[in-house]
Amino acid sequence: MKRLIVLLGIIGFFSLSAQAQTETLIRNATVLTVTHGTLTNTDVLMRNGKIAAIGKNLKASANARVIDATGKYVMPGIIDCHSHSMLDTINEGTLAVTSMVRTQDVLNTTDVDLYRELAGGVTTLNLLHGSANPIGGLNTVVKIKYGRPASEFLFPGAMPGIKFALGENVKQSSRPNIPGLTRRYPNTRMGVEETIRDAFIRARDYKRTWDEYREAVKKDKNVMPPRRDLQLEPLVEILEGKRYVHAHCYVASEILMLINIADEFGFKIRTFQHVLEGYKVAKEIAAHGAGASIFADSWGYKIEAYDAIPYNAAILTRAGVVVSMNSDSDERARRLNIEAAKAMHWGDLTEEQALKLVTLNPAIQLGIQDRVGSLEVGKDADVAIWNGHPFSVYSRVDTTFIDGDVYFDREKDLARRPELAKERATLEQAEPNKPAQRGQSPQTPRRRPSGHEDDAETEKP
Amino acid sequence: MDRILVALILFSGSVLAQQIGDPTTQQGVLPPRGTYAIRNARIVTVSGPDIEHGTVVIRDGKIEAVGANVSVPAGAQTIDGRGLSVYPGMIDLGTNMGLVEVPQGANGTVDLSEVGEFNPNAKAIIAVNPHSAHIAVTRVEGITNTLTAPEGGLISGQAALINLLGTSPKEMAVVPEAALVINYPRTALTGGGFGAFQPAAQNLADTLTANERQVEQIRKMLRDAEAYGRAQDAYAKDKSLPRPDRNVVLESMVPYVRGEQPVIFRADREAEIRGAIRFAEEMKLKPIILGGNDAWKVASLLKEKNVPVILTGIFSLPPREDDAYDSLYENPAKLQQAGVRFCISTGDAGPEVRNLAQYAGMAAAFGLSKADAVKSVTLYPAQILNVADRLGSIEVGKMANLVVTDGDLLEVRTHIKYLLIDGRPVVLTSRHTELNDAFKNRK
Repeated sequence: MKRLIVLLGIIGFFSLSAQAQTETLIRNATVLTVTHGTLTNTDVLMRNGKIAAIGKNLKASANARVIDATGKYVMPGIIDCHSHSMLDTINEGTLAVTSMVRTQDVLNTTDVDLYRELAGGVTTLNLLHGSANPIGGLNTVVKIKYGRPASEFLFPGAMPGIKFALGENVKQSSRPNIPGLTRRYPNTRMGVEETIRDAFIRARDYKRTWDEYREAVKKDKNVMPPRRDLQLEPLVEILEGKRYVHAHCYVASEILMLINIADEFGFKIRTFQHVLEGYKVAKEIAAHGAGASIFADSWGYKIEAYDAIPYNAAILTRAGVVVSMNSDSDERARRLNIEAAKAMHWGDLTEEQALKLVTLNPAIQLGIQDRVGSLEVGKDADVAIWNGHPFSVYSRVDTTFIDGDVYFDREKDLARRPELAKERATLEQAEPNKPAQRGQSPQTPRRRPSGHEDDAETEKP
Repeated sequence: MDRILVALILFSGSVLAQQIGDPTTQQGVLPPRGTYAIRNARIVTVSGPDIEHGTVVIRDGKIEAVGANVSVPAGAQTIDGRGLSVYPGMIDLGTNMGLVEVPQGANGTVDLSEVGEFNPNAKAIIAVNPHSAHIAVTRVEGITNTLTAPEGGLISGQAALINLLGTSPKEMAVVPEAALVINYPRTALTGGGFGAFQPAAQNLADTLTANERQVEQIRKMLRDAEAYGRAQDAYAKDKSLPRPDRNVVLESMVPYVRGEQPVIFRADREAEIRGAIRFAEEMKLKPIILGGNDAWKVASLLKEKNVPVILTGIFSLPPREDDAYDSLYENPAKLQQAGVRFCISTGDAGPEVRNLAQYAGMAAAFGLSKADAVKSVTLYPAQILNVADRLGSIEVGKMANLVVTDGDLLEVRTHIKYLLIDGRPVVLTSRHTELNDAFKNRK
């Protein structure tokens, strides 16, 4: 009992410290609300982790932090609907269906790329399993609370999701045929369809078994429950509309294939990810009600990316599809503002449409649009202050807030550099770090490569 | 009267636009050179002050006149430049343009790396594919020139400076054999970029020994080329000497070992950059650093030795976990302050070269002046490759590689309105615009 109280006390302490205790008033900025237009010479008041007010000449309490943002721009924190940041491992690719594994179990809160993304005005990530298999692992939606424990990263109330994948990665087309080595099924887009169909037939049967049990146990308490199947449980949640499907795909035929399966089993694809040939089947995607989470202009890196065009966002948007721009890269995630602006260059989307690609639209795709994705009173205070219009290549982020707390501040970052340089020099002189004359050299931390991380069929060292 | 004049100008503009609209490059025919004038435009000459309402006259491939009070020659086709800006075409010196179409899953389209460590005679200009989809996709974004380089081994081969227009490698070539490319041996313990499966070296001492051996191999090869050049010269003067055997491999290196042509060293880390500079000085080469992620750490040495850098890492993640988040964004500004010659490149094989302007823009967001950012993708690369007499700015006598925009060249929201390469008006279509046209109205 005592232990429980102590535990509750600890939980209470953390939740207390996580919440913004102070008010922040951003004064006289150009505010890109996303949903209510662009407001000039406008203040944004953040209180208790929420946006408390947006308007002119707002008053804050005496102890509020006041930021003069004259000449600056305020926009909602950017939401990256396809990330693998802070995941220690991405692909459980040994089986064709790995819905039993969870990205939530491999969060590395010390991944420095999180900080670099905050410095690009990004506040929320959809952490996805890789694309090694038709049905991959479960996703995790996080706020980038860099420096906080993993439990505080988890986005409360975000819809659970899962990664599906189609095409070249799944059929392992880049894997050499080595005599004597068995290839994992599937090997073709036909086999991918069969794998997914089979999984949902099994899931439907499994669901029926449980439904029957639940009926039976009402009459007889002694009926034995079926054995839980961790692989099929998430698929049942999909059938029940309780879990979103984020499906990696490239070519038009495989997009239509998955729509057909989803229609047959009565569920929806929440987002097609990458969906490079989405523009060829925009009306079918719109009719199904799926979203599209895409690259702005990546193309040509493999055969299935050869027909990708940078007009994808415009064509899909005009067809009525909810479109977001994602990174799938710790590097690209730092400049999603420019990726969104590309939709104004190619395809002439309006500024508001382009802004939504990295704010409200990904929020909708993740089921968190009531909390984030636009600047509105009552929404989470996930906000970035930019020193110029975020669609200008000449702009950069000054400050990034999550739930009203500062997670990136350029001025503070700059101020700390001399001290860090000194610390580094001291550490380099420290005994364990001195280069060895002979033999083993000091351990260098290994890093994941950047780029289309998704495409990594297996884990790289 | 004025209205008629405007109508006439608009009409003549539309006539030109119609001619530009003819997709001749796909029929194996170059668009024609001729006499063109861009009137009433803001002209960003890059080498001199901007001209707010000026005219550029183009004749037979070259810039014939530029200024505020330049008259349009009779018979010239004109572009009404009101509200538009004219810039020199952008140049990217860190690409493999035309040497690879699809890197993964289509090996037949990959002509990047020869077998073995020493391939000075592998020439990009031989294999560059004028009909690659990457070329039109890139040029319609205002990039008119790339240096396209082979990769792999220690001596990768020779890079070519090309116009992104032409129906044959010969038509594209500006400098067909522009630079020798050497991969300076790496000391970093971690492997290469994405897709590189180099096993991490287990032992620093072993790595250093292996590197020294590799440098010695390069040294020997360059010395052989030097000796070969001397022997051939001696025989040319005095036919009574024994005739030295021809050796195409050594022969191709002679202009480089004599310092007549630049040698590009791929080097990112501090130790590699220092090593390359030391080696080039010892061998009396004309070095250029390609990569240069740590160039800011070596700025004073680069300045002292007057070694220019092609920066390809603006959009790379900082190499060390404890590097400042913006260490590569502000690399150009730091080099500029230190007086180091540099230019900005995407370092991309082909597909993303079209985003060059954003790389320069990011550098400007982090300390580089906007004017220098434009220079870093126009005049600076031309100077570094010693072709500033032909490319990189809007000056009389230079090749007419011009981009007409409706705004700031580096801003992503800007649109390219007209494009001339080698004085030829280029149709602003590509595989991507064609696919867009084919599908955008599908109902």
